[in-house]
Amino acid sequence: MGKGGSNIGRPTPVLSPMSKVQVRVPAPLRSFTGGAPVTEAEGATVGEVIRHLVEEHQALEKHLYGTGGELRNFVTVYLNDEDVRHLKREATPVRTGDVVSIVPAIAGGAPAEVVRPAGRPTPEVGLSADEEDLGLPLTADQLRRYSRHLLLPEVGVKGQRRLRTAKVLLVGAGGLASPAALYLAASGIGEIGLVDFDKVEASNLQRQVMYGTKDVGRPKLEAARDRLSDLNPDVVVRTYDHRLSSENALDTLRPYDVILDGTDNFPTRYLVNDASVLLGKPNVYGSIYRFEGQASVFDARRGPCYRCLYPEPPPPGLVPSCAEGGVLGILPGLVGTIQATETVKLLLGIGEPLIGRLLLFDAMSLRFRELRLRKNPDCVICGTHPTQTGLIDYPAFCGISPETTTEAPGHAPEISPEALAARLAGEDPPMLIDVRNPPEWEIVRIPGATLIPLPELPQRVTELARAREVVLYCHSGRRSAQGTQLLLELGFTHVSSLTGGIDAWAQKVDPTMARY
Amino acid sequence: MRVVLPAKLIDEIRRHGEASYPEECCGFLVARESPSETDGLRRIVRITPMENRMEGARGRRFIIPPEELRSFETSLDGTDETLVGFYHSHPDHPAVPSLFDQEHAWPWYTYLVLAVEDGRAGELGAFELGAEDRRFTPVPWSVEREVRPAR
Repeated sequence: MGKGGSNIGRPTPVLSPMSKVQVRVPAPLRSFTGGAPVTEAEGATVGEVIRHLVEEHQALEKHLYGTGGELRNFVTVYLNDEDVRHLKREATPVRTGDVVSIVPAIAGGAPAEVVRPAGRPTPEVGLSADEEDLGLPLTADQLRRYSRHLLLPEVGVKGQRRLRTAKVLLVGAGGLASPAALYLAASGIGEIGLVDFDKVEASNLQRQVMYGTKDVGRPKLEAARDRLSDLNPDVVVRTYDHRLSSENALDTLRPYDVILDGTDNFPTRYLVNDASVLLGKPNVYGSIYRFEGQASVFDARRGPCYRCLYPEPPPPGLVPSCAEGGVLGILPGLVGTIQATETVKLLLGIGEPLIGRLLLFDAMSLRFRELRLRKNPDCVICGTHPTQTGLIDYPAFCGISPETTTEAPGHAPEISPEALAARLAGEDPPMLIDVRNPPEWEIVRIPGATLIPLPELPQRVTELARAREVVLYCHSGRRSAQGTQLLLELGFTHVSSLTGGIDAWAQKVDPTMARY
Repeated sequence: MRVVLPAKLIDEIRRHGEASYPEECCGFLVARESPSETDGLRRIVRITPMENRMEGARGRRFIIPPEELRSFETSLDGTDETLVGFYHSHPDHPAVPSLFDQEHAWPWYTYLVLAVEDGRAGELGAFELGAEDRRFTPVPWSVEREVRPAR
């Protein structure tokens, strides 16, 4: 430990008088203080007394202080007969003749913060673990298939049987769910549920490795079922062909042991969080954007939930989706496999789960960082006095009006691709503004358009002629609707947004145009 | 330091672990020695079962609050008995200390960890925390067949 004092802070010059007090040292630490149960130290406060004691006997430091320089959780200090936590803690003043006692609280526990594995009744519900139903013994095929798991003492036959009884729900069957579902199926999870309502598109294949080129155009759930069943025929794949909503979320999540959040939008993310909290299930979270990823395990029974981290969603449009900002195709592979890893650890009850920790990953620097998350006692859903006891209207909560759930926020005037094509071909064509980002502009653009990325629009509004009609377009119509709203607020009157964006234009007006 | 326990005490610990399953049990280990004496052998002469005061999660955690430790130590003041360690159980987990155990452990004390698998007491391990590296190392323990008469 060297000079030791660096991370506990040198006592600052004290103006208050120093008192000489007796310090009772617990048996384990006496060998560091000369063997006597009671020693003497000086200081004006309890904290100073202990710091002086540690300066004199530096070997004490690592037993009394954590790495952050704070007294360890499990060190309790008494001033005479009073726990200083009930006084002024370390700032409690001392007087000559007082006795300061250092008392350890003794704690410990099993090797992991166990989520009682699947099928295993939790002690809280009063069932004995004898009732754990691990099903039939592993078959000869299963012994061969899972042999590399069985060789791990942390998994073993019992762990593998637990995985076989486990049920995991993946919300979203996209970039994060692809690697997660593949590895979970390969690991021998008994039942995998998938919630999605999309079809496989060519632009998915850059990262959604569960699908192949032959799957383009097929419903994702159908393609996923084929792929997962081929990978491991033992796995039961359940599919939910709907958008997760406040009406169906509780019923959808209820049968599962662990929820894996692979969603790409805020309303669903809050919905998954709240439903998991209400049902008392761990929610393995991951998110990705461009080159950065995040992961955590939200389990409100043992730590913070997503709302403790983000009580309110960002204003709509502030955080672009991957469809707008792009994403490195490998990134969901990394984050999704972290989610799968945490899921398997939770089910087996091994290791240190990512509870209360937010893992941040940056592919550019290839660095992982970790933030400590604390449970928010005022959290509306998992706090001490929760005010929200059911599910709410999540699109509204996230500032998205129900009739335009994933598309335009607000009610911007729109123009259809066909109508725009006619207007552009006619006399007095409107001014056409592309509000996408420059990389998108490089891929494809509508002839005659001017590029003004949405973030620059407020500053560059002077480039637009107020008297002339203005049409904004983006990729899908969402950003251009926002831009249209902005221009309306700034006093423009003849402004509209291209319905469905350039993607709709490519389908309805110009089939030769590349889509992305 | 090597640990010696009479078979009777091992049975008591095992029974406590089984009765508490699926929660963790915990308790004190008492020896008749002064803490400064280190002859390389620690004879446990009695145990005191304690209540697991962890709020919730008692299936994977135990805690003995400081005031209980303090009052137990006070009760030994003036006797030749010393609190020398603790035992606790790991329901459905091996008899090895967890990282959590290590993080919250103290040097010098003896830590006995009992595995309880499916409600049945299994292996017992003895560990000590290194004063320098704050890591657990296993220490040898053995059964003392003769219970020494109480003084």
